[in-house]
Amino acid sequence: MLMVSSLLAATSIVEPLILEQLGLERNALWVTAYMVVLAAMFLGVISLIAMFCIWWERKVAGHMQARIGPNRVGPIGILQSLADGMKLLLKEDLTPGVADHFLYRLAPYLAFAPVFAAFIALPFGPNLTVEPRLNVGVFWILAMLSVEVMGVILAGWASNNKWAIYGAMREACQMVSYEIPLGISIIVGVMTAGTLNMVMLGHIQGGGIHTWLIYRNPFVFLAFFVFFVASLASNKRAPFDLPESESELVAGFHTEYSGLRWSFFFFAEYGAMFIVGGIQAALFLGGWHDPFGLLGWWYQKALANYTIDPTGMNVASLLLLNVIGVGIFVTKALGIIFVQMWLRWTLPRPRIDQVLYACVKVLLPMACVLLLGAAVWQWLIPERPGIPWKDYQPWDLADWFRAGYGAAGVTQLVLTLVGIGMFSAVVGWVMYAAATGRNNKQRLTEPAPLDRVPDNLVKA
Amino acid sequence: MMGAILGQGGVELTDAGTVSAVLFYVFALLTGGAALAVVFSRNIVRTAVALLFTLAGVAGLYFLLSAEFLAAVQLVVYAGGTLILIVFGVMLTSKSQFARFEPKLGEVIVAMSVGVILLFALILGIFHTTFASNALSLDEYPVAKLGQVLLGDYLVPFELISVLLLVVMIGAAYLAKGRRRDEPRTEKPTLSRAARQWS
Amino acid sequence: MNFGPMILSQVGLQHYLVLAAFMFVCGLMSILTKRNAIGILMGVELILNAANVNVVAFNRFSHGIGAGGLRLDGQVFAIFVIVLAAAEAAVALAIFLNFYNNFSTIDVERAKNLRG
Repeated sequence: MLMVSSLLAATSIVEPLILEQLGLERNALWVTAYMVVLAAMFLGVISLIAMFCIWWERKVAGHMQARIGPNRVGPIGILQSLADGMKLLLKEDLTPGVADHFLYRLAPYLAFAPVFAAFIALPFGPNLTVEPRLNVGVFWILAMLSVEVMGVILAGWASNNKWAIYGAMREACQMVSYEIPLGISIIVGVMTAGTLNMVMLGHIQGGGIHTWLIYRNPFVFLAFFVFFVASLASNKRAPFDLPESESELVAGFHTEYSGLRWSFFFFAEYGAMFIVGGIQAALFLGGWHDPFGLLGWWYQKALANYTIDPTGMNVASLLLLNVIGVGIFVTKALGIIFVQMWLRWTLPRPRIDQVLYACVKVLLPMACVLLLGAAVWQWLIPERPGIPWKDYQPWDLADWFRAGYGAAGVTQLVLTLVGIGMFSAVVGWVMYAAATGRNNKQRLTEPAPLDRVPDNLVKA
Repeated sequence: MMGAILGQGGVELTDAGTVSAVLFYVFALLTGGAALAVVFSRNIVRTAVALLFTLAGVAGLYFLLSAEFLAAVQLVVYAGGTLILIVFGVMLTSKSQFARFEPKLGEVIVAMSVGVILLFALILGIFHTTFASNALSLDEYPVAKLGQVLLGDYLVPFELISVLLLVVMIGAAYLAKGRRRDEPRTEKPTLSRAARQWS
Repeated sequence: MNFGPMILSQVGLQHYLVLAAFMFVCGLMSILTKRNAIGILMGVELILNAANVNVVAFNRFSHGIGAGGLRLDGQVFAIFVIVLAAAEAAVALAIFLNFYNNFSTIDVERAKNLRG
């Protein structure tokens, strides 16, 4: 308890800094005003993330389909999302005549608001979390993802459109069934870590890649993959994108939505992708830490300096560390998003009963077995409590054996090697395929008739 | 919890009450207004949406009452589970989307008077009672303590609830299954055409 | 905390109790006036929520520190009530589905086969 509060007590450095620079005293009014401004800023951040992800998705889709994707608006088409946004704002605001007007208008905001609220728990940096004292951080994000389903169902129902209702019912079934393996795999990670607070989860993974939670025991390793698959279903991403299955249901639950209302659904979708990417990065993949533990070591030093003397250089050092941490965290989350996009444009779409089969008969028993296994593993081979660099030296292997956590250390190292091996194998395979396939551009269709221009055709 | 948050950062506690009070009134208005909408709304889907806002307001109140874990449980189980179940039920049992059932005026008057009298009696009771004052003050919310209590003092109810949930799942699945198509109906078998000739 | 005007700026136990009483009464009126069976179920959920708010408010203001340190009985009670309410809603909806299949309407006024 004391450990937690002493670490968290120093976490608010940005807010007193800004208030001091503005000459305002730190009472409830100005702190609340600061929070309101921060919330407005986050609205902009989410829009930026969504616009970047939409552009990136179209580029990734294009390159995987042997075409280029958007390349006209801006240098590599980077301003395409901006152009799309302007178009959506200027579109006619249509409401179907037979739709339930109040619910039709409410639904996009009901879908977007929980996603927005979930950003307050994401640990962008050790001192750059919106609310670091939220002691149920992981559970709060899970709660927000559950409330989002209601907005989707209402959108489908209020549109009074057959395809929309199909999409809404499919989404409800799918989302509700996949919440269980999602929650259980989170519990496996949380059980290993011993805390629900996302900032603390980041701190205990600061010793380098072998302290990342995914490598603590083999059950958490597998729980990461269970969580990944369940999060695909939770985000309505392919191969689980039945709610908006474009080739079947026109556009699923948002068939009747156009313009700005439609864009709210897409902010919600890409925001939710970033959030689940953020949970995976924070809970399993080390949060804002680099694989060598340098940031963790630097943080302990900077924090010690800051506590002694909270001015000038120490503040700048802590802030720089936080900014680097944000960069690392966002990179990890975007990596997860890239894998989600990769899967979307690779895998075909199963039927709804196959989706539910996969959840109830495959993922759910797997998640339960992992929960049991992780509990038994923790009982037999307890892992090392404490914060790396503060309570113990993570890279000193003899120290692990001396403290009695030799088995845990060996497990973590073995799993790290397995993990790094798998990762490099996949990356190496992709690079090999890209390198050797560059010159094998296969012609997928017969040449079009006009490739051989007849003589009597007038060329423009 | 609000006092704890603002107190930890070194902010004066005199103003903590105002922010906390404002937040309470915001959540209380949301909850109370949505509860009224549940009673007076005619369309069943709008009633479900009003219930969603009630549950969300109650979750906000739990945050103010230093019950963070409970607030998250409320949102996950109630708003994200039970309410979806209710909306499913609404969708499966409504013939037309805008079906309305109007209760009889006499019933409405009786119900309103019962409600108002009960509310008046409860509020009088609240004001006339002296409550013990033993406030829960914490620096940080003890999720760990809640876990220990759940698996320590309250272990037996915890296990019983898991058995109960299993029983409920089986029961609800059986009840909702309906009649199988190849089960014979329990009526008198009708005579075949040939038999009818001779009956 | 006894009889006297509630201080509006200092939110205490009485504020939460009044709110819980209001929610309880709304739930009761919903049960009494709604003809749609699912509307009645929603009234029951309101009543359960009102009871939960009551218990948690008491835990926060009147029952916080006990002999063994922190006491969280109210919150544990509320967790159990939430779980039970979810279970009860599942069974109730199964019953309503059967009702709908038998009477082809969800109006509870039509369930008068036993009358007379």
